[in-house]
Amino acid sequence: MVLSAIALSVFRESVRDRIFYNLLLFAVLLVAASVLIGQMTAGQDVKIIKDLGLAATSLFGLFIAVFVGIGLVWKEVERRSVYSLIAKPVRRTELVLGKYLGLAFTLLVNVLVMAVVLYLLLAFMHWSSPENLRAAWEAPATDPALLKAFLLIYVQLLLVTAIALFFSTFAGPLVSMALTFGFYVIGHFNADLKHFDAVVTSAPLVWVLRALYYLLPNLAPFDITAQVVHGQAVPSGYLLMTIGYAAVYIAFLLAAAAHIFARRDLK
Amino acid sequence: MHAIATDNLTKDYALGFWRKRPYRALDRLTLQVDPGEVFGFLGPNGAGKTTTLKLLLQLVFPTSGRAEILGRPVGDVGVRRRIGYLPENPYFYDHLTAIELLEYFGRLLGLSSAARAARVTRLLDQVGLGAERRLPLRRYSKGMLQRVGLAQALLNEPEVIFLDEPMSGLDPLGRRMVRELMLGLRDRGATVFFSSHILADAEAVCSRVAILAGGRLAASGRLTDLLAFGVNGWEVVVDEVSAEALGRVQAFSTKVTRIADRRYSIEVAPDTPPERALADLAAAGASVVSLNPLRDTLEDFFMRQVADRGHERTPVI
Repeated sequence: MVLSAIALSVFRESVRDRIFYNLLLFAVLLVAASVLIGQMTAGQDVKIIKDLGLAATSLFGLFIAVFVGIGLVWKEVERRSVYSLIAKPVRRTELVLGKYLGLAFTLLVNVLVMAVVLYLLLAFMHWSSPENLRAAWEAPATDPALLKAFLLIYVQLLLVTAIALFFSTFAGPLVSMALTFGFYVIGHFNADLKHFDAVVTSAPLVWVLRALYYLLPNLAPFDITAQVVHGQAVPSGYLLMTIGYAAVYIAFLLAAAAHIFARRDLK
Repeated sequence: MHAIATDNLTKDYALGFWRKRPYRALDRLTLQVDPGEVFGFLGPNGAGKTTTLKLLLQLVFPTSGRAEILGRPVGDVGVRRRIGYLPENPYFYDHLTAIELLEYFGRLLGLSSAARAARVTRLLDQVGLGAERRLPLRRYSKGMLQRVGLAQALLNEPEVIFLDEPMSGLDPLGRRMVRELMLGLRDRGATVFFSSHILADAEAVCSRVAILAGGRLAASGRLTDLLAFGVNGWEVVVDEVSAEALGRVQAFSTKVTRIADRRYSIEVAPDTPPERALADLAAAGASVVSLNPLRDTLEDFFMRQVADRGHERTPVI
């Protein structure tokens, strides 16, 4: 009851924010524009539409996750709306979790809208293309495998949201934003840290880099756009492993966020 | 069992960015509030009133000492079903209307949808919020937010209600509404704990008060015990005062203040019969405008306590 009430309020706040619609509209426009770009590259159109559609979903989801995520807890404290909230029978842990679930639901709606728009566009491509052109495609236009890519994009957004929320329980919005984007960028090049022993000779440095590799989130596995677009199979085991990794990381971040927030003076 | 009890409640804040220095906002506060009381928590700005309320709501954690509400430690989530809280200058969510905010808080309180619907309408009527209840809260004035704040604090029909500067931002009608609301709560058996620096408001509703100055309890008790309600002297306002009359009154007055032209305010010690002063002044040709007894008000008491305690403050420990 408490969790769903808080989550619903986050969702309501997001969908009443004009920025949300601007981002969504912009993302939809970008996907639509990919049709034009596709027409300029003969035979590659479906691939480009898929590529851009998934990239747009990921990018605009990232903006929502970070910009809304860093404000989830910080805004409540800064604007002092948390005072009357905490006086209700709400545990601080529930407040953190409810906020997270609310943004998770908002992102789900966002990703679903993008998925529907992309599939509609691809269905139109399928319908408007002649049979011989369709045969040349590496994967069918309305390939169900795209859903796997959308799923991992969503899971990655859940992870980024948890990072933003974690920072926002103790830092201001600018610091949280910088750190979250920083983690996002590092997360995509994380795998390089593991292999630094090939370039670095200092043993302690190798250990530090190796430790960072395990500590920092590894976001590269969430991007399966290339495989999906080129019609390569993505095994279910891989999906499960990646989602499991995200679940553990998110659980750790949320526990840490709740732990910090539960002990904080709300001045 | 006390409705509210604190035992040596102390709060230090760390000040400064690099070199943190502790600052004692509240120093060993011990007080008890009985069920059904309207308890005034008074003090100037920065006395520690809001800090105390934040400690009682566990928005901040005490450095030392304990606090209980309805016999339960303040951290107890269950006890929050039985209390209400109006923060100072309350602020809520820009995107919600007053109705939606109360609906949301009603859900957090675990109220059924029928109870929510009935109470939300009744409370918004009670605090005097009309058609604007359907507008988003970002368009509300300070006074309107204060009214919404009061409504949300009453949503669960609390046994103990904490009001931080409840009259702040309200017009005279609004202040009267809050006074009547507090007395109505008392009649229902609820305990009202309210902070204020406006003493007239406290005088009108409180059964007991505590006065806080510099983070410490300066005095507490019934208003009649705390204040010297006896006459401390007399103030005579006279007009058409001649130089001769002025010379005569110097003998028995404690203070002479010129108001305008030949109009003066003359204060007389309590052991001097006011009749004598009036007679002397009349004999010298002055006309009496008014005669008032001088009594201690809460305001005087308050100022004296603050003056006594203010210099004792030890911000750095």
